[in-house]
Amino acid sequence: MIEQKSKKGAYLFAAACILLLAAVVLLENVSVFLPREKVPSVLLPTSQLFVVLKKGAVYSLAAVSMNLLNGFTGLFSLGQAGFMLLGAYTYAILTVPVASKDTVYYLYGGSAVKFSLQDLFGALFGTEGAGGALSMGLGVVLAMVLAGCVAAVFAYFIGLPVLRLKSDYLAIATLGFAEILKAVFQWQALGPITNGANMLQDFPTFSSFNITGAGGKVILRLSTFFPFLVSMICIAMICLLINSSYGRAFKAIREDETAAEAMGINLAKHKMLSFCTSAFFAGVSGALFAMFVNNAQAKVYTTTMTYEILLIVVIGGIGSISGSCIATFLYVACSEWWLRFLDNETVLDSGMKVPFLRAGFRMVVFSVVIMIVVLFFRRGIMGDKELPDLFKRRPKAAGKEETA
Amino acid sequence: MLKIDGLKVNYGGIEAVKGISFQVPERRIVTLIGANGAGKSTTLRTIAGLVKPAGGRIHLQGEDITSLSPDRIVSRGITLVPEGRRVFPDLTVVENLKIGAYLRRDSLNEDLKWVYDLFPRLKERSWQAAGTLSGGEQQMLAVGRALMSRPKIMMMDEPSLGLAPIVVRGIFDIIKEINKQGVTILLVEQNANMALKTADLGYVLETGRITLSGSGQELLTNEAVKKAYLGS
Repeated sequence: MIEQKSKKGAYLFAAACILLLAAVVLLENVSVFLPREKVPSVLLPTSQLFVVLKKGAVYSLAAVSMNLLNGFTGLFSLGQAGFMLLGAYTYAILTVPVASKDTVYYLYGGSAVKFSLQDLFGALFGTEGAGGALSMGLGVVLAMVLAGCVAAVFAYFIGLPVLRLKSDYLAIATLGFAEILKAVFQWQALGPITNGANMLQDFPTFSSFNITGAGGKVILRLSTFFPFLVSMICIAMICLLINSSYGRAFKAIREDETAAEAMGINLAKHKMLSFCTSAFFAGVSGALFAMFVNNAQAKVYTTTMTYEILLIVVIGGIGSISGSCIATFLYVACSEWWLRFLDNETVLDSGMKVPFLRAGFRMVVFSVVIMIVVLFFRRGIMGDKELPDLFKRRPKAAGKEETA
Repeated sequence: MLKIDGLKVNYGGIEAVKGISFQVPERRIVTLIGANGAGKSTTLRTIAGLVKPAGGRIHLQGEDITSLSPDRIVSRGITLVPEGRRVFPDLTVVENLKIGAYLRRDSLNEDLKWVYDLFPRLKERSWQAAGTLSGGEQQMLAVGRALMSRPKIMMMDEPSLGLAPIVVRGIFDIIKEINKQGVTILLVEQNANMALKTADLGYVLETGRITLSGSGQELLTNEAVKKAYLGS
């Protein structure tokens, strides 16, 4: 009985994902199919909407992977930006095309990495037409998987000493690690690999996935679809993990370490598993982030970025995946789009200047919003519930909200 | 079945258990009684592998299990119902029970049914968060969770702590019932009266040493025990 129910849920979930992906494809291709003058400006490829959607897809993966560690396992880690940096650099180093290496690494007289993944696949499938597209796709996907693996391996070695720490000590240690990484990747001596303090660029980005016809005209846009697809697959994998017996063990560790240990849960092993899995997906989201901003640069992966993601997790609800996703899109839409007007000085028709509106005011409003959330909505948008929970009826559980 | 030999445990710099030896025969209820700080809980935590002993050996059915990790000990059939219940408050009752069976990979339906038969109350509340249960229900859940690992020996640390007398009686009835169904029980209690009435065998622990032992009835009528623990 219960089995059947969860199967139905899985089908519904898959259907919802496919619908969402289809909607994304449709949305970004309106400007391709309709004549230009009929397209509302918000659906033009240059619209802020697509920036929000792309960045939202990237950040939701980062937020969910952080939630896996902080929300579900109860390990308060602030190393997210560090793992994203590892992912971004791994991806970039492996995919800068051989032809561009000399210009990208011109300060160091070329790169120490003499190959790129899509060129390797290109040797197999050809570099023109469909073969070229296939080798680019395979190269990108393989590079992203490797980006995750590198982050996970680093997490393993950092986790060995660091996971013995608890709460704030763990947070400080992981924060320190992220800062060290940022410095190391800008180190001159590593220049031939990391390009020192300069950015890596020219690797395939989201717009590389747009399909162009003859004459370079885009016939199908997939640049928003791609990050959605990758994020969704990864988040679905995290969902599966959380709903498995491992996920239950993670939650048990979060609730009560001693009791979990007494139940036969190996604390060190499960904490490490959660830490490495979280780092893996943070690495993948780092690779996506590099694709989103079209470059990889160590100084971008600051503590502020970690806090941004932490903020999203808190607003969405610690321990809720759908909460993290919803909060990501809200947050990104506000910071990139809806609240932009706060940064522009505005003069009304009557000649009156609107008070307060000037560069930087957006962040002030943001801070106030955060304070309100922390003070009055401590459990975030979703608490620790998931979206489908809201539609489930459990009459016997009525009244449990009051006592919780 | 369980044999403790000269067990010594240091806890926070002091010697909490100073070389105790006792046995838990199969299918019996054995109780350790003693005042606060006598080393009862430490003994249980050491057997469960949560604390490493400083000396002595622990044998389960002839196999040396001293210093094994807690997960190995659970999978060999010893499980602990920790002091103060320690259910996972934000997880549902069902999830709590499933975590009890974490190390098993076979089907759980039969055991879930067994636990629900023992505690019909838990079945009613299976989708409720464990933190919203009453104290007595949480104790039932803690016992049920421990039973889900299909233990040979269930160790219980102060099951009566903070519960109303009538609830305590219910819990002890259940302990007897579980014992009848073949689970050996090692019980630590401050409520000496209740524990000795239930137990087949009792040991009195005083500042890390066993000072008295005997059947439950013997200890109940022992003058020294009466004076020190039964308050009469």
